Amino acid sequence: MTQSFRLESGGLINRDKKISFRFNGKNYFGYEGDTLASALIANGVHLIGRSFKYHRPRGFFGAGVDEPYAIVQLYRNGETEPNIKATEQELFEGLEAKSVNCWPSVNFDVGAINNFLKIFLPAGFYYKTFMWPKSFWYKIYEPFIRRAAGLGTASIKHDKERYEHKYEYCDVLITGSGPSGLASAYSAAKNGAKVILAEDKSRFGGTLLTSDVNIGNQSGKEWADSIVSELKEMPNVTVKNRSQVFGYYDHNMLVMSERISDHLPKTKKFHPKQRLWYIRAKEVLISSGSIERPIVFGNNDTPGVMLSSAAKEYMKVYGVLVGKKPLVFTNNDSGYETAIEFKKNGIEPIILDTRKEPQSEIIEEAKNMNINIKNSYVVVAAQGYKKVKSADIAKISDDKEELGSVENIKCDCICVSGFWTPTIHLASQSGNKTKFNEEIDAFVPGISKQNEKTLGAANGIYTLEETLKDSFEKGNLLSKKITNNENKVSFPNVVEKKSTVHDKFWCVPLPKGKNYKRFLDFQNDVAVSDIEIALKEGYRSIEHVKRYTTLGMATDQGKTSNLNGLQLVSKIENKVVPAVGHTTFRPPYSPVSIGAIVGREVGKHSKPTRKSPMHSWHEKNNAVFVDAGVWLRPRYYKRGDENLFEASKREAKNVRTNVGVCDVTTLGKIDIKGPDAAEFLNRVYTNAWLKLPVGKARYGVMLREDGIVMDDGTTTRISENHYHMTTTTAQAANVLSHLEYYLQLVWPELNVNVVSTTEQWAGAAIAGPKSREVLKKLFPNTDVTNEGLPFMGYMEGDLLGVKAKIFRISFSGELAYEVNVESDYGYFMWEKIIEVGEEFGIQPYGTEALSTLRIEMGHVAGSELDGRTIPYDNSLEGLLSNKKDFIGKRSLSRKAFVAEDRQKIVGVVPLDKKTSIPEGSHLVKDSNAPLPNPKLGYISASCWSVEHDNPFSLAILKDGKNMIGEKLFVMSPLKNKVIPVEIVSSHYVDPKGERVRS
Amino acid sequence: MLHIKCPHCGMRSQNEFSYGGDATIKRPELGKEISDQDWDNFVYNRKSLRGKHWELWQHLSGCRQWIKVQRDTATHEIFKTLKANEEIS
Ligand SMILES: [Zn+2]
Repeated sequence: MTQSFRLESGGLINRDKKISFRFNGKNYFGYEGDTLASALIANGVHLIGRSFKYHRPRGFFGAGVDEPYAIVQLYRNGETEPNIKATEQELFEGLEAKSVNCWPSVNFDVGAINNFLKIFLPAGFYYKTFMWPKSFWYKIYEPFIRRAAGLGTASIKHDKERYEHKYEYCDVLITGSGPSGLASAYSAAKNGAKVILAEDKSRFGGTLLTSDVNIGNQSGKEWADSIVSELKEMPNVTVKNRSQVFGYYDHNMLVMSERISDHLPKTKKFHPKQRLWYIRAKEVLISSGSIERPIVFGNNDTPGVMLSSAAKEYMKVYGVLVGKKPLVFTNNDSGYETAIEFKKNGIEPIILDTRKEPQSEIIEEAKNMNINIKNSYVVVAAQGYKKVKSADIAKISDDKEELGSVENIKCDCICVSGFWTPTIHLASQSGNKTKFNEEIDAFVPGISKQNEKTLGAANGIYTLEETLKDSFEKGNLLSKKITNNENKVSFPNVVEKKSTVHDKFWCVPLPKGKNYKRFLDFQNDVAVSDIEIALKEGYRSIEHVKRYTTLGMATDQGKTSNLNGLQLVSKIENKVVPAVGHTTFRPPYSPVSIGAIVGREVGKHSKPTRKSPMHSWHEKNNAVFVDAGVWLRPRYYKRGDENLFEASKREAKNVRTNVGVCDVTTLGKIDIKGPDAAEFLNRVYTNAWLKLPVGKARYGVMLREDGIVMDDGTTTRISENHYHMTTTTAQAANVLSHLEYYLQLVWPELNVNVVSTTEQWAGAAIAGPKSREVLKKLFPNTDVTNEGLPFMGYMEGDLLGVKAKIFRISFSGELAYEVNVESDYGYFMWEKIIEVGEEFGIQPYGTEALSTLRIEMGHVAGSELDGRTIPYDNSLEGLLSNKKDFIGKRSLSRKAFVAEDRQKIVGVVPLDKKTSIPEGSHLVKDSNAPLPNPKLGYISASCWSVEHDNPFSLAILKDGKNMIGEKLFVMSPLKNKVIPVEIVSSHYVDPKGERVRS
Repeated sequence: MLHIKCPHCGMRSQNEFSYGGDATIKRPELGKEISDQDWDNFVYNRKSLRGKHWELWQHLSGCRQWIKVQRDTATHEIFKTLKANEEIS
């Protein structure tokens, strides 16, 4: 393939370095410094995709972030990414891209039938058609839309790339490195301010790269280069290219995405692909420039119709011609710059100027170059299907209503300039009240809500001299306020061509008898006629018109379409544009990859992983782990070919018959100290705490103010004013905040301090009839007899020189102890327990056996204390003191909470004593009742009872206290199971609680 | 993301804090008779104000102090922050 549209010389590309790439299966080459778009145009490829709705052929419209058409599926280093703008993607060796939105191929697209049936797809088509009948949606419409529409395919593979987040603070953040960005950055930096200058493109300089101006004695580009290199040398300045500030949030926080590796064939080792910056700036200077506005005419979406500034950029930056027979259609002087550039490169352009007798320096220059200029002329329609072949043009009357006779002229591209629209997205996102500027026929920033100022073209200032003056000054003033330092920069001499005003003309009328589609939104195929229909149907608010027609809702967010859409609505409604108002600008300014937003917090790194000090022992002993909140806990210890069921049964059984040991380090622990600690506990817990003696533990339940159980656990009085509280693993953080809330805000008069000690202690529960024997061996010098250490007793022990806390508490319902040592000794303690327990048949047990043991004992845990149950529901009403008030007590007398048939915990056993009951199943009276079958309760936890050797579950059941002995059905529609069951007491093992006291 | 001035630690990002609701609600005194209506108002009923609002935040990943913040619920402007023991004026 030859680059037939590449100029012999010129541009900022590196012609010494050829780069090969593939597009739609064909090989091409371009140069280092090309974008995919410029390289494709150089190779004469103008058809790049199909439009979203009508599947009309699509070419290139812009040269950057405003591009609505040229969206491709990109393949890079074995990965694929959708929605990549060819105008932004820099070329790299081996790049591969494919068209989206076309099936089976870009040249022959079945969906293009929509184009010829377009009578069926007017505004609101999706709303009107796909509403009825409902069943059609799933079977016909959705599959159809999914196949025919869409902007590429997201990869379902795990993304191996790394994305990082960075937090940064600065004095002044400047968004864009055009003339205003560079001037303001320079003067702010000279005053010593901490400056971040962000440029979206790979090259700094913005319009200075393509405009014919002089600053000082340098060209615009030379001046930009010298400022950038000076800024890069300054220690207080961060200069970033390929970095787009896409969101302006509260309190001057802005988010920027930096594309670090997207322009490389492969991400370098230890480098991220992209980095997301959260920047908190004292002041923000928005220098995002402006985007050229199209003029609307017939078939204005034909490949070859593009923005005139883009055509100029392709020539000046990339040395590429967008056509060899160009037509420039303009209502202002900008089109002349493009025409002159064509002429300089030996191409004969024709200018159609909507203005009657415009006069300015640049128009004189064009005339002197013998460029063919037709005044009061418009393009009526582009002709050609996959590429512009000719244009229908006509003279237009002074009032712009009447077209003269239409003539057809040959051309291969139409470069359009409808003047400039300031990029006010960031200013608007910041809360700035934008205002309409009549002179430029566009919105500009108005009153700031945050510390933000907009400069240059983004503020509607289109002369270089004024832009530079204003930017130098603003940069100086704002930074001076922060640094109290002033180093005034002398203002350079500026040479630019004076231009005249633009013609407020934006839409060419249809010639008689023709019904050309005139597009406003090029990506979503929204035409003038669609807006007309929406207004005819009664839509008035611009926000509604937008959603009904999808104007400006594509991935380009209407960068080239919004203003023309407003013009149209205002014309039909006979209102001025500011009365119509613009739709809200929301972040992101341009699409940001999900990977960048997520950052490093993916998969295993989405949360920190917490491990107990005994973790490596568990690993060495074939533990299978389970996530318990952020903790990793052994679920069971695998022996041989055992599965979960077999292993947990063995472990639980061993606790009931011999002795087991379980890692309970994860339990929340809170140290409570102070003279009022007892009083505080008395208010927090539902039961009485004032008389708990030193050396004793007590089980307690705490409520929220609404009466719902918040958490349970044991708290031990270590000394007079010192308590050790335990919480469930899941609620540890919430309980601490809860206690702090009451101490700091509600009862500050209580002299109590709380602090989390969860990480300070390693814990082991030793449970089973032989646990005392193990304890005796562990603590030979301590009296751990039933008398010395009775149930709910506490004492300190000496574990071979290590200080230990011994609690006689039980979760399993067996005789049991919990031993705590400082975390660093956890592993040592664990090994000793296993060592001395060997002769008693000790086995470690995991969370599965732990659950089995507590379920068959009827001990409630997280699955019952689920934020919906009160103490009564959990048979904890015995713990409610009637002698004192406590948090949440008043709520317990609410009507629903004292209802006669209030739900209560029960046990559930299948009648066949074989079928396991799925957790979450519903309990019903009649399994054949018509739907909706009244639900009586739900299964909260299930196990295989090792004591009775049959399945056993806990359930929260309506009127549970009167249901013991009833026969009901468990239904699990998810598992398609119906199980006849009997309701029994929730205390399925040792109902009198004798074992724990033995 | 808001920038909140913790009276103990200084300006910090919102992600160090957790929200605690209306700061003007006073918990009824313990052990005192209270009507169903008044208790409901304390537990459940909150005004969803548009505008200036005193609210509680806890500096969870910082000093762990509960603080009072006067914020505009519509514009997110923060006017004032107080320590837990300082009275709202
Ligand atoms: Zn703090």
